[in-house]
Amino acid sequence: MVYLAAAYSVFWLLTFVLVFSVWVRQRRLERDIAALQDRLEANEV
Amino acid sequence: MTAGAKANVVPGLCLTVISAVAVLVALAMVFLYAPREATMGEVQRIFYFHVASAWVGFFAFFVTFLGSIGYLAREERRWDVLALSSVEIGLTFITMTVVTGSLWARPVWGTYWTWEPRLTISAVQLLIYLAYGMLRASIEDPQRRARFAAVYGIVAFVTVPLSWFAIRWWRTIHPNILTGRGEMALTPRMVHTLLASLVAFTLLYATLLWQRMRLEWVRDRVSAIRGAGIGDQ
Repeated sequence: MVYLAAAYSVFWLLTFVLVFSVWVRQRRLERDIAALQDRLEANEV
Repeated sequence: MTAGAKANVVPGLCLTVISAVAVLVALAMVFLYAPREATMGEVQRIFYFHVASAWVGFFAFFVTFLGSIGYLAREERRWDVLALSSVEIGLTFITMTVVTGSLWARPVWGTYWTWEPRLTISAVQLLIYLAYGMLRASIEDPQRRARFAAVYGIVAFVTVPLSWFAIRWWRTIHPNILTGRGEMALTPRMVHTLLASLVAFTLLYATLLWQRMRLEWVRDRVSAIRGAGIGDQ
């Protein structure tokens, strides 16, 4: 039973790691886009 | 959010919900519908997600193979994005396969690892696709990076048929579910559960691929805006 629980935990853990890494990179890009937008607005002023 | 951006988010959201439901249904079938295997007992239930993750790993590397051919034929960025995104997901699922296989092997074979053909090829495959990421990271020029990665993606795919046929060509202790050789013979309920797991994992792969490719498209847009000079002022 321990091996079964460990195996299914590995599935959830690795799926979470992959989704989390994509999410982190998305957040970073959103920050980049916001920074670009700020510079664009500053240029227009 | 613009109308175009919304149009991109909706199919991704639908796919995410459908694949999440499919994974939960498969999980319920593994624990509530599939019978307890007579010889191995509860630990046999690892098999359903182990086989499904191996299937997705192989399929992901096949998509990388197709993306790589597409890039060399057309030299269009979208093929490179497809290949790169699929490798990342394939690596995750092959790691899952190797780890869950080891956890199944310990109580059944008495060891976490043995250097038999299927397991050895899986370990080599994992390292080969890890090196794909290293290769990309080591090349600065985007066109050169994509071309080298495409050639590598095509050559690395040889590990997939090798792994598939390893249990047919060589003497191995790894069970073969198609012939029923080894410790396993499947009942109809086991087959249904396995099929549900395969469908759920394929949907999960499609969702992850969609999200990963979206990330790359947005990154390209940001680079293009920077390249146009807005970010440098």
